[in-house]
Amino acid sequence: MRYLKHIGKYFLMLRQVFRKPQKWSVFREMLFREIEDLGLKSLGIIAFISFFVGGVIAIQTALNVDNPFIPKYLIGFATKQSMILEFAPTFMSVILAGKVGSYISSSIGTMRVTEQIDALEVMGINSLNYLVLPKIMATMFFYPLLISLAMFLGIFGGYVAGSLTDLFYSDDYLYGIRLDFDPYYIQYALIKTVVFAFVIATIPAYHGYYVKGGSLEVGRASTQAVVWTSVVIILLNYFLTQMLLA
Amino acid sequence: MIEVIDLYKEFKGVPVLKGVSTTFEKGVTSMIIGQSGSGKTVFLKCLVGLHIPERGIISFDGRKHTELDITEHRLLRQEIGMVFQGGALYDSLTVEENIMFPLKMFADQSISERMDRVNFVLKRVNLENANKKFPAELSGGMQKRVSIARAIVMNPKYLFCDEPNSGLDPNTATVIDNLIKEITEEYQIITVINSHDMNSVMEIGEKIIFLKDGVKEWEGSNKEIFKTENEAIVNFVYSSNLFRKVREAYLKETK
Repeated sequence: MRYLKHIGKYFLMLRQVFRKPQKWSVFREMLFREIEDLGLKSLGIIAFISFFVGGVIAIQTALNVDNPFIPKYLIGFATKQSMILEFAPTFMSVILAGKVGSYISSSIGTMRVTEQIDALEVMGINSLNYLVLPKIMATMFFYPLLISLAMFLGIFGGYVAGSLTDLFYSDDYLYGIRLDFDPYYIQYALIKTVVFAFVIATIPAYHGYYVKGGSLEVGRASTQAVVWTSVVIILLNYFLTQMLLA
Repeated sequence: MIEVIDLYKEFKGVPVLKGVSTTFEKGVTSMIIGQSGSGKTVFLKCLVGLHIPERGIISFDGRKHTELDITEHRLLRQEIGMVFQGGALYDSLTVEENIMFPLKMFADQSISERMDRVNFVLKRVNLENANKKFPAELSGGMQKRVSIARAIVMNPKYLFCDEPNSGLDPNTATVIDNLIKEITEEYQIITVINSHDMNSVMEIGEKIIFLKDGVKEWEGSNKEIFKTENEAIVNFVYSSNLFRKVREAYLKETK
């Protein structure tokens, strides 16, 4: 029953969020600020993780492929498929849920407990629209670019790992990543990313916006936000895969 | 004029305001006093629309809050300035940006016009050289002054202050009190202050409303508070020996 109440409240929140911005120039300014805070500032960690994850997938696949009848180019193929279909969109989104989700939840939560949100409301500003809509737009616009970069860097990481360890030949790897390439997989990954970006922006915003109490509660809300965002991403990943690939 | 009729508010079935009625006049500094938990803050938050009362009417110059839709509520709120207990300044914005924020949202002014207005209100609260500072770099008193500047930058008709003196030393508290009173008289606005500070009450409380357990127990001016025989307010206001002696001396003098 409690969960149903939260779900209802979440959708009521979204109704307030998706209103026309009260001033477009202010919205634009906020949007660019959020792109920087939620997107550009995540570039480093996403690049770092995806590069090494790609490397590890390539090495592990190479070490497990010891049957001489299995061609080595399958290492490149497996790395590409893993990165595009799952690791870049889902794994990176879970990472972003932790990094960005806790930031969104704690920043909005702090604004709530220090009455900054009340101050916005008293001024006649739709605080949900002002605070949350730019975050949603920023993540939905920027995360597909970020995840595309993660796909590229992951596959490149696999190539570098192969070159450094001599576990497979570069030519085999390059042949493997081009083998049986289906552009729809990119489309599938980007659709998932856009959905996850929406989740990453809204669930932590919900937890932060409705926090009551002080700094301790803001911390708790932040943890809850990360947990629930990750859970929803994993569940949606299952349903989206079923819908888009099955 | 703000007219409050039979205001009732409860939280999870527990009544906090039990039918409070009063009026607030233009150019008068009105104060709401009462013990912690008496419903002062809830009353103030009902007035500014942060809490929705279960029953009762709040009328702003004839505009009843129950008859306004969301858009009209937001338009009404643009006529309201509020000074929060902790200042509620935006940490990531400078003093100048904090004050300019309502102008950016609602006023159709050029940047230079906005800057002029910001500098004018900053001068009005005696903070001329703080434009580029962040809230964290300011003292408590300065933060309160910035908060007042932000509250008056849109030329509000109604000014609400939630414990504007909390956490301030007596001198700074007096400066803030006098500033609010001056602004109220100068711009002929309706000011409602929620306070615990008896110095403020005696100094600037032209109209005082005493709440006890969610009920309006007493209403009068700072002059009348000396003469009242209402036991509840006498016990509350004159709880310290100093104030009791001051009252006795005043009564002796005026006999």
